[in-house]
Amino acid sequence: MTGTSIEAPHERALALLGGQPDDATLRRYLHGLPGVDAVGLEARAADLGTRSIKTTSKAWALDTIVKLIDLTTLEGADTPGKVRSLTAKALAPDPGDRQTPRTAAVCVYGDMVGIAVESLGAAHGDPDDGLVAVAAVATAFPSGRASLEIKLADTRDAVAAGADEIDMVIDRGAFLSGRYGQVFDEIVAVKDACRRADGTSASLKVILETGELMSYDNVRRASWLSILAGGDFIKTSTGKVAPAATLPVTLLMLEVVRDWHTATGGRIGVKPAGGIRTSKDAIKYLVTVAETVGEDWLQPHLFRFGASSLLNDVLLQRQKLRTGHYSGPDYVTID
Amino acid sequence: MSRLTVPKTYKLYIGGAFPRSESGRVREVLGADGEFLANAAVASRKDARDAVVAARGGHAKWAGATAYNRGQVLYRIAEVLEGRRAQFVEEIRAQQGVSAAVAGAQVDEAIDRWVWYAGWTDKYSQVAGGANPVAGPFFNLSVPEPTGLVAVVAPQEDALLGLVSAIAPILVSGNSVVVLPSEAYPLSAISLAEVLATSDVPAGVVNILTGPVADVAPWLASHADVNALDLAGAGAYDWPAFEAAAADTLKRVVRPGGPGAVAPSLERILAFTEMKTVWHTQSLR
Amino acid sequence: MGFLEYAPAPESTSLVSFRNEYGLYIDGEWTAGGGTPFQSINPATEAVLATVAEADAADVDRAVAAARRAYEKVWSKTSGKDRGKYLFRIARLVQERARELAVAEVLDNGKPIKEARDVDVPLVAAWFFHYAGWADKLDYAGLGPNPRALGVAGQVIPWNFPLLMLAWKLAPALAAGNTVVLKPAETTPLTALLFVEILEQAGLPAGVVNIITGAGATGAALVAHPDVDKVAFTGSTAVGRGIARAIAGTEKRVTLELGGKAANIVFDDAPLDEAVNGIVNGIFFNQGQVCCAGSRLLVQESIHDEVVERLQRRLSTLRVGDPMDKNTDVGAINSKVQLERVTRMVEVGESEGASRWSAPCDLPENGFWFAPTIFTDVQASHRIAREEIFGPVLSVLTFRTPDEAVAKANNTPYGLSAGIWSDKGSRILELANRLRAGVIWANTFNRFDPASPFGGYRESGYGREGGRPGLTSYLQAAPAAVPAVQAAKPVTSRKGAAK
Repeated sequence: MTGTSIEAPHERALALLGGQPDDATLRRYLHGLPGVDAVGLEARAADLGTRSIKTTSKAWALDTIVKLIDLTTLEGADTPGKVRSLTAKALAPDPGDRQTPRTAAVCVYGDMVGIAVESLGAAHGDPDDGLVAVAAVATAFPSGRASLEIKLADTRDAVAAGADEIDMVIDRGAFLSGRYGQVFDEIVAVKDACRRADGTSASLKVILETGELMSYDNVRRASWLSILAGGDFIKTSTGKVAPAATLPVTLLMLEVVRDWHTATGGRIGVKPAGGIRTSKDAIKYLVTVAETVGEDWLQPHLFRFGASSLLNDVLLQRQKLRTGHYSGPDYVTID
Repeated sequence: MSRLTVPKTYKLYIGGAFPRSESGRVREVLGADGEFLANAAVASRKDARDAVVAARGGHAKWAGATAYNRGQVLYRIAEVLEGRRAQFVEEIRAQQGVSAAVAGAQVDEAIDRWVWYAGWTDKYSQVAGGANPVAGPFFNLSVPEPTGLVAVVAPQEDALLGLVSAIAPILVSGNSVVVLPSEAYPLSAISLAEVLATSDVPAGVVNILTGPVADVAPWLASHADVNALDLAGAGAYDWPAFEAAAADTLKRVVRPGGPGAVAPSLERILAFTEMKTVWHTQSLR
Repeated sequence: MGFLEYAPAPESTSLVSFRNEYGLYIDGEWTAGGGTPFQSINPATEAVLATVAEADAADVDRAVAAARRAYEKVWSKTSGKDRGKYLFRIARLVQERARELAVAEVLDNGKPIKEARDVDVPLVAAWFFHYAGWADKLDYAGLGPNPRALGVAGQVIPWNFPLLMLAWKLAPALAAGNTVVLKPAETTPLTALLFVEILEQAGLPAGVVNIITGAGATGAALVAHPDVDKVAFTGSTAVGRGIARAIAGTEKRVTLELGGKAANIVFDDAPLDEAVNGIVNGIFFNQGQVCCAGSRLLVQESIHDEVVERLQRRLSTLRVGDPMDKNTDVGAINSKVQLERVTRMVEVGESEGASRWSAPCDLPENGFWFAPTIFTDVQASHRIAREEIFGPVLSVLTFRTPDEAVAKANNTPYGLSAGIWSDKGSRILELANRLRAGVIWANTFNRFDPASPFGGYRESGYGREGGRPGLTSYLQAAPAAVPAVQAAKPVTSRKGAAK
């Protein structure tokens, strides 16, 4: 996956901000955004969660979920074998049904990028072409507690190893203490580190770690900040902090993406990650995307699920739809 | 040689002023022994109309005052009334033909009633309202608020106590009143107006229309800008017709109560309030 | 087919079976009515659901007599503890049969199953549960020791929330120890008739609740019946006026829950996305057929265009159609008559010069439908800004300052509800003080709870339903125990009319 960032987002940001992205200017802008009423947001999310998706819509939804998954392993115990197993699963999720689509990407730690690229082989590439991309977490994931130099090196390393997408974490400490300029500059720098020698660039997902930002107002501000700084995607969580992805947080981030699109025409992706384990839950996210930004967004360059166990549940549901009877856990693979 | 006294001209009390009736009419008020006491103004429907306008203005000021302030003002009425006790005793004695002791008891009771209700201004909403434990992330609070503008037919049996007992509880929450006092004994009502006018009661909060109840009450009952109709003292009149006239604008109607109807009670305060419930979302997020 | 046009997800109607014909439920028996039977139809399909008896004056008389007998012989002698247990039983039976009741409500009323299932029926159970607990605690209702029931309550309820309004009426009346004659609306009588099964399963003694069906004449006869002690009505302000007139000069006590034209006020610092959802919920919930609907949107002028744009975008995702489909957001208008009224008011709005926008949606051929509609360029003098439309039609007006917002919001003879959207706490609280409305929702709208009093100022009616005030509407202080200071129970009427 290459070259997602065509325009110079920095200039667009400066125009919107009306000044240099220092703490004061960013604060003025971010704190001028409409507030979020938590109860109303959660009620709206719950309402979207009551949609009943049946028959043809459900079949389409299940396949779409598979196509939008960043199949993830982010363990200290990850090994080349584990990563190969993951890529095999991404390429052929259901050995009993070759019609099953591939996942959008596999998502691994930076040192596993080479293994992932190698084991995908010719199937490595843009999910739009039916291929599987490699995403790498970087920037001292998950805490982000390292110097900028380390974070940039981490990023360059992964890109050089063949990562198509970089999932960075913002500095939550800086954000919470109001050093918005620092967060902004870091994202800009990491974005720059995503560039390859040939001028293309890895796509940048910015992880807000919403479970540490605590308030919805902060999630909205961090979303805008990330987009203004040039992130291609905004992502809820590392998966290492609870709560990870929730439907209300994802709805809120989608609202920001929608408003950004209205304001600039730009299209930003959203990635809820962590805690989405069932098809039923994932379908709620699809509904939320479709009814908030529109179903155009249900494509790999604009929406992803960061998940691991979700895939097997979707496969079980697909089997149920195909055969008419309920399946069981031994009819999907443990990878 | 006794000195020739200077008699008082009894007029209406509207918007803090003492106008003559728009109709220009007066009625002779005779004492219990048949002697001439004074001429009382005969209010017309236009006086009722003016009184409603004045009361609407008065309501805004009175309801906007703090409960503490309303309590002080009601207590001030008691103070001023106490200071003019002798005048009221004499006036009641002359009108009702009762002994000075009986008249004195009536005035004392009236004074005490102001004191009792003065203490309620900052308490009734605590007693009647409160937080409601709803099943959801909401702060939910119910508070009784003044109904607005109340037209009152005061008890007719006596000159002062019935009138005070009728209007004091209505004033507690911040309502304004247009009151028709005792038709037979109207003089004390206008003397009470003088007390009110010098007790920091904002103009228009209390408006007093002396004259035939049957002529004026229907206009108040049907007036669209009146919010409630207190028929406490209307038992001897065609009150069902008043109530029916109030139906068009869905006024709150308190029906005639007979003896004891206006005895001091929290219920009488609450009868002229509206429960308002406010919901607000609550969340740390 | 796009994903957004979700495949149909119809709720099964197999759990509901209406009888072909219903009589009147009086004294624990089904009996024939003296009037002309009428049909109740499904407003989404116009199919006939059942034929229902019409109660005439003699039937009303029988029902009131049954309620009186039950009051004197049984219910007034039933302890509060046992009354409470009956109500708890009813609450549980409602929960057990929730799905069936929701489907029945949708069939008869036309509201989306989503609402009947998630709002109406759960609240019905909650209402009975709440008042069940009051039945043996009446000493704490604020009327002194041993307060008494009023006697026989005549209750007339509307078609917009048939079962929920039944619960709002029955639960406090029975908890306080009254017996009841209840008349459901003529277009939505079936869930009340189905509810009889629940009353019987709960073992409620015969005559404690009597359900009679019919239209306005039946209701008028019930309200005017001399042996009815308490009248409770929810419906239009016009009918409410008639009731107030009919009971003038009597000893009847009354509560009226009437119409409204609620202002929903949106400030420029509002949480915008939630405000937009709140506006939608405020006016399109139950097809806008809600007395407290936020039908007058007052938007701060500086954000008018943005709010309208967001609203239109949001409305475009609303699904209008088959109410039985679990994904339907907006169902059918309850009746042809109501649809005609809504249509007429929208024509009036257009002819007055307001700009109409209706959500693009395909409406079914049969049944009664109206697309969610927004009017902009509405002036305060327009009829659509003053009169209750009782349909999915929103009028958008603007204001410049908070004072102007208060003045415009209060500029109506109604006073049922209002909404405030702002992030500024002090402003919300002061606005809540100044708005003349019985229920104020700040940063939310159309929330209901049995513990929360509900009712209007001015021409929106009087009395409150819900919470302790909802209970005391059915109680009076004990005469023997009344101390001198409480003798003046003001709303209790007394004899003494001198005509």
